[in-house]
Amino acid sequence: MKRFRRHGHETQRDRLKQELYQFNKTVEHGFPHQPSALGYSPSLQLLAIGTRSGAIKLYGAPGVEFMGLHDENAAVTQVHFMPHQVELVTLLDDNSLHMWTLRGHKGLSELLEIGRFTLTGPPGAPPSVTRVTSVLAHSSGELLLLGTEGGHVFIVEVPGFRELEERNISLDQVANSVPEDYIGRRNLEHVESLQENPVNPNQVVLGYGRGLMVIWDLEKQCAMQHIPATQQLESVWWTEDGEYIISSHSDGSYCRWMVGGEDMNDDEEKSDIPYGHFPCKAISKIVQLPTEGGPPFLLFSGGMPRASYGDRHCITVIHGKTHVALDFTSRIIDFFYPAAHKDPSALVVLVEEELVVIDLQTEGWPVIQTPYLIPLHSSAITCSHHISAIPLKLWERIIAAGAMQYTHYSKKPWPITGGQNLAPDPPQRDLLLTGHEDGIVNFWDASGVCLYPMYKLSTAGVFHTDSDLNDNMNQGTEGEWPPFRKVGCFDPYSDDPRLGIQKIHLCKYSGYLTVAGTAGQILVLELNDEAAEQTVEAKVVDLLQGQEGFRWKGHTRLDVREEPVLFPAGFQPFALVQCQPPAVVTALTLHSEWKLVAFGTSHGFGLYDYQQRNNVLIKCTLNPTDQVALEGPLSRVKSIKKSLRQSFRRIRRSRVSLRKHHVNNAAKAELAEMELAPVQRKIEARSSDDSFTGLVRTLYFADTFLTDSSHNTPSLWAGTNGGCVFAYMLRLPPAEHRAEEPVTAHQAKEIQLMHRAPVVGIVVLDGHGAPLPEPLEVAHDLARSPDMHGSHHLLVISEEQFKVFTLPKVSAKMKLKLTAIDGSRVRRVGVAWFGSSRTEDYGESGLVVLTNQGDLHIVSLPHIKMQVHYPCIRREDVSGIASCVFTKYGQGFYLISPSEFERFSLSTRYLVEPRCLVDAPRQSFNQHRPPSFGASSPQRRVMEHALLNDESE
Amino acid sequence: MSRPQSRIGIKLHQHVIEVKSKFEAEYRRFALKRNSHGGFQEFYHLLQSLHLIPGVEVLLGYADIHGDLLPINNDDNFHKAVSSANPLLRIIITKKEDEPEVFGTNSLQRRKKGLGLTGLRTATIGSTHSRHKPSLLIGQPQDFRQISSIIDVDILPESHRRVRLHKHGTHKPLGFYIRDGVSVRVTPQGVEKVPGVFISRLVRGGLAETTGLLGVNDEILEVNGIDVVGKSLDQVTDMMVANSHNLIVTVKPSNQRNNVTHRVTKSSGSVGSAGSSGSARDSPSPAAQSNPITASNSIAEGDSEDEEDDCDLIMENDSLLTHQVINSNLRDSHDLRPLPQSISLPNSMAASMISNHNGNSEESLREDGNIISL
Repeated sequence: MKRFRRHGHETQRDRLKQELYQFNKTVEHGFPHQPSALGYSPSLQLLAIGTRSGAIKLYGAPGVEFMGLHDENAAVTQVHFMPHQVELVTLLDDNSLHMWTLRGHKGLSELLEIGRFTLTGPPGAPPSVTRVTSVLAHSSGELLLLGTEGGHVFIVEVPGFRELEERNISLDQVANSVPEDYIGRRNLEHVESLQENPVNPNQVVLGYGRGLMVIWDLEKQCAMQHIPATQQLESVWWTEDGEYIISSHSDGSYCRWMVGGEDMNDDEEKSDIPYGHFPCKAISKIVQLPTEGGPPFLLFSGGMPRASYGDRHCITVIHGKTHVALDFTSRIIDFFYPAAHKDPSALVVLVEEELVVIDLQTEGWPVIQTPYLIPLHSSAITCSHHISAIPLKLWERIIAAGAMQYTHYSKKPWPITGGQNLAPDPPQRDLLLTGHEDGIVNFWDASGVCLYPMYKLSTAGVFHTDSDLNDNMNQGTEGEWPPFRKVGCFDPYSDDPRLGIQKIHLCKYSGYLTVAGTAGQILVLELNDEAAEQTVEAKVVDLLQGQEGFRWKGHTRLDVREEPVLFPAGFQPFALVQCQPPAVVTALTLHSEWKLVAFGTSHGFGLYDYQQRNNVLIKCTLNPTDQVALEGPLSRVKSIKKSLRQSFRRIRRSRVSLRKHHVNNAAKAELAEMELAPVQRKIEARSSDDSFTGLVRTLYFADTFLTDSSHNTPSLWAGTNGGCVFAYMLRLPPAEHRAEEPVTAHQAKEIQLMHRAPVVGIVVLDGHGAPLPEPLEVAHDLARSPDMHGSHHLLVISEEQFKVFTLPKVSAKMKLKLTAIDGSRVRRVGVAWFGSSRTEDYGESGLVVLTNQGDLHIVSLPHIKMQVHYPCIRREDVSGIASCVFTKYGQGFYLISPSEFERFSLSTRYLVEPRCLVDAPRQSFNQHRPPSFGASSPQRRVMEHALLNDESE
Repeated sequence: MSRPQSRIGIKLHQHVIEVKSKFEAEYRRFALKRNSHGGFQEFYHLLQSLHLIPGVEVLLGYADIHGDLLPINNDDNFHKAVSSANPLLRIIITKKEDEPEVFGTNSLQRRKKGLGLTGLRTATIGSTHSRHKPSLLIGQPQDFRQISSIIDVDILPESHRRVRLHKHGTHKPLGFYIRDGVSVRVTPQGVEKVPGVFISRLVRGGLAETTGLLGVNDEILEVNGIDVVGKSLDQVTDMMVANSHNLIVTVKPSNQRNNVTHRVTKSSGSVGSAGSSGSARDSPSPAAQSNPITASNSIAEGDSEDEEDDCDLIMENDSLLTHQVINSNLRDSHDLRPLPQSISLPNSMAASMISNHNGNSEESLREDGNIISL
């Protein structure tokens, strides 16, 4: 009987776990790492990006996103939407073609792979015969033309990938009809480009690498015209009226040819090398767009003078007398223009590190702010901080401050509008703050599927930096040729690595923000709706407390501007603490109710009163024998490590990816490697002599019972790398004297954990076992006030175990071991609230833990029992694990590449994921038409595929 | 007690040791000059006379700083005991015919907690005599401390060995390295190569080497009872470090010739003790520079899992001295006085002041891994 009851209890808990926890990776924010192909469907109004790791991502209106992953571990080299269909075709660099579709399912669309195909040549033929170099998705929506390296064109019926052998255009057929006098007739080379006549779908132009272009009639299966260009061909464009063909070449020239002319020699109407005289680089893609009653737009990428500007990544836009060379900061992958009713409205450019959209209708061609695909890594991300449930007031003020910063953007709406976003409005306003290497803090709206930039804070203005001098160096001068214009925000070069942001803490109720950086600087900022000129008061804090006999060999302190600085509306710094030695800040917290900021480095920690602008406490935690920390190569070591790690990541991510089905091979390879080079690990108990035992890992403010069980007092807790916890009792003057009387702190407790593992988190649990609320949370009626009658408990989370102590007399009550059991260590920890999916009114607090193995664990509070665990990040992905942040409601973010956050959810109730619907285009006129070429009507809008079939990069 | 007083006390006790001896239920307290004491015999007779038990055959033991009860039976270990007293020396006297005290690791702690020792004794402390075999008399340990043992011989396959390493407060490092390797397993499908973790190196003079129970190329199968199959080298490393205070590794020795066979299960204990050859005298004792453990407080070197909780060093400062930045610099320099060798009485304020502000003394205090709850 007893056993049954017990069993019943367990299943009840299991059921509850199912109602509370569930793991999903929901959406990827940011810009895809290493994009390799771009596609666009004018009928669906969707753009598609393929990456080198084999992912395919579709984007439409903000919130409309789809993602797919090829099973093959190969780069996507081309993406083509089937005109007027919901299908798209991808070509991978292993020469396989894949058919994807957007299928409706329960009122939502899903991206599904529905077929794959690899060309098979005649037996014995070399692989180049079937190596696909160009793809044309025919406007009938039923045919694919595949040009190959061997110069053949294969015709395939889709979606079933049935080869129509009788229609193939073999190299011999073409070569036989080439005029005798054509210089390159012996070797036409590969098929570089395939284009359809916009007004006659039976005509396609076949462009061969050697330069020859042949207009081919698909119905009659014969060549109609030969265009004998002699330069190496890069791309071909058929103008909208079907009268001209424009070809671009590897010497930086482009030519315009008339279609249908009888005399071949007169065909070449105009040839030009736009940046000529000296040798130029190839024009990799050229597009000409007509306008209503005006000169056409001519757009081309590349063509720069080889010697002087060969390293620039440019797209030139020429319209009438206006001529601009848009200068991007990374390599151009491809570009297109979104469908518009008459004049071209915008230019969408995919470069390696960002997506840039230029408004072509507004004077000056400003950039349109992208609502997604933002390059998070415009400067490398150094830290992140998430704040859930932002009060509306603060939200609006941040938006207002941000709006003043984004005035240089175009006012035009986002031009890509496909699909419907059916996701419900986000339940709350969430902010994600990212700190960057150049001292910038970006504020992102992380409430929904689109990570939208709200506001950008630069902390560099407080300091003197080298960048001040050459600010105007990059500005274009009058009469410069080519007429460059810098576009895009990706700028990986930091002027001064000391500016890097390491820790951020924002109080959402008071609008106070504190950020800390690499050179031991801690700024306290206040949200101000007006611009203000003010001096930032700097205070140097000596964390060594008179310990002598060492020299700090790391970087120097930042040089503070002494004159008043004009700060724009937004977060304005008013106080600055500079640690001495200027080691990187490793822990930071702010208590807005008490107006205190606590900060820690590898040398110690301090407490700063930002109302009175003075220091309350300095504690040196340094072990005097710890030379490594004393001399401070930490920052240097770290940065080298980091850069190495990132470059390795880059290599690793490039092709080899880590998809599950490759694990076996990887394991085998690992085994082989082991036999070659054994790696040794030392087994030794930790001792106080280890390096960086004094490094402060966590700081925590709590109003709790520190000295006796009847009076709760403010307290500050600090945990170090050496497994030590310090507790300080704070005495705050009464509110009316807060400005004059000093805040005092004195040490009340010190706990040295026997296992000496780094302390990564400290939480005080109230009488009900619930974590104490955040400062001002109770004052704003947003949290239940903590239970101050029962006894409080202290939860210390080290890398190895979780331990609960009683308060005020500290004695161990219970613990949960992690490392001793499964060898994993805590890397990230957060407190989260999990609501039940079944009833509105039930929820539990829990600890969310990420281990160095990349597993997520949920640990119950206050009984610290393991609830569930899910594998989340590969354990080799060190920077992914290090970048993880948790929200207060069981979600989290981590970097899957330098430019992308993966969002995950552990909660059943809070789930932010794309829910969208894409309707099939209404022009389904050719649904049941047999695949023939004659019956098509020339009135159809047939521009769809035009930009897609030239994947120049 | 205020600080100046305690400082005077410290000076005094640099030359005098406090002895507190216990025989059955009786205590005697007396002072002994640190430099002018004689040898073991003299001390033995002094105790006999103080306890009014002349002629009674007794065994002497003392509590060392790690909470271990160690014997005093010759001049050497008597001097050792005296030098480690600072200032208190706890002596425990037992009649020879009584059930002898269990000397060795954690003995005081266990007794205090009332834990039964019978189960553990045969398994872990091979050198004590067995209750069930009174005929087999094993001599008292001669100033030895157990540093390792072979355990669970009766339940493990003969080819495996489960070794327990006792990392006391000694400064001796565990002293071994592990590496990835390939293990050959015989399965029904045939011979299979699987990844495994192996000992790659033993540090000279380290605990692992001195035990003689672990060898290079031994395969590590379990760490504290957890199978390491499927775990990465880093995971196994972290598990071992996390368990370093009481590390139990199950290995498959590369040299299979010295295996314990089941036929000699009875003597399994002595196999363990044969390996335990490290002596407290060899290891640099931290006793001379460490703080004392006062009798009224528990002495704990928790090495069993249940007791590890008590190992955290907790210092509470209830006297709430004002600690302001303005004068903290001053105060700190003030407190950096020469090493306070001793604290005569548990005094929360004095102890925490020292530990809070005096780097050096704090270090020595922590390294010993003792608990002080004040």
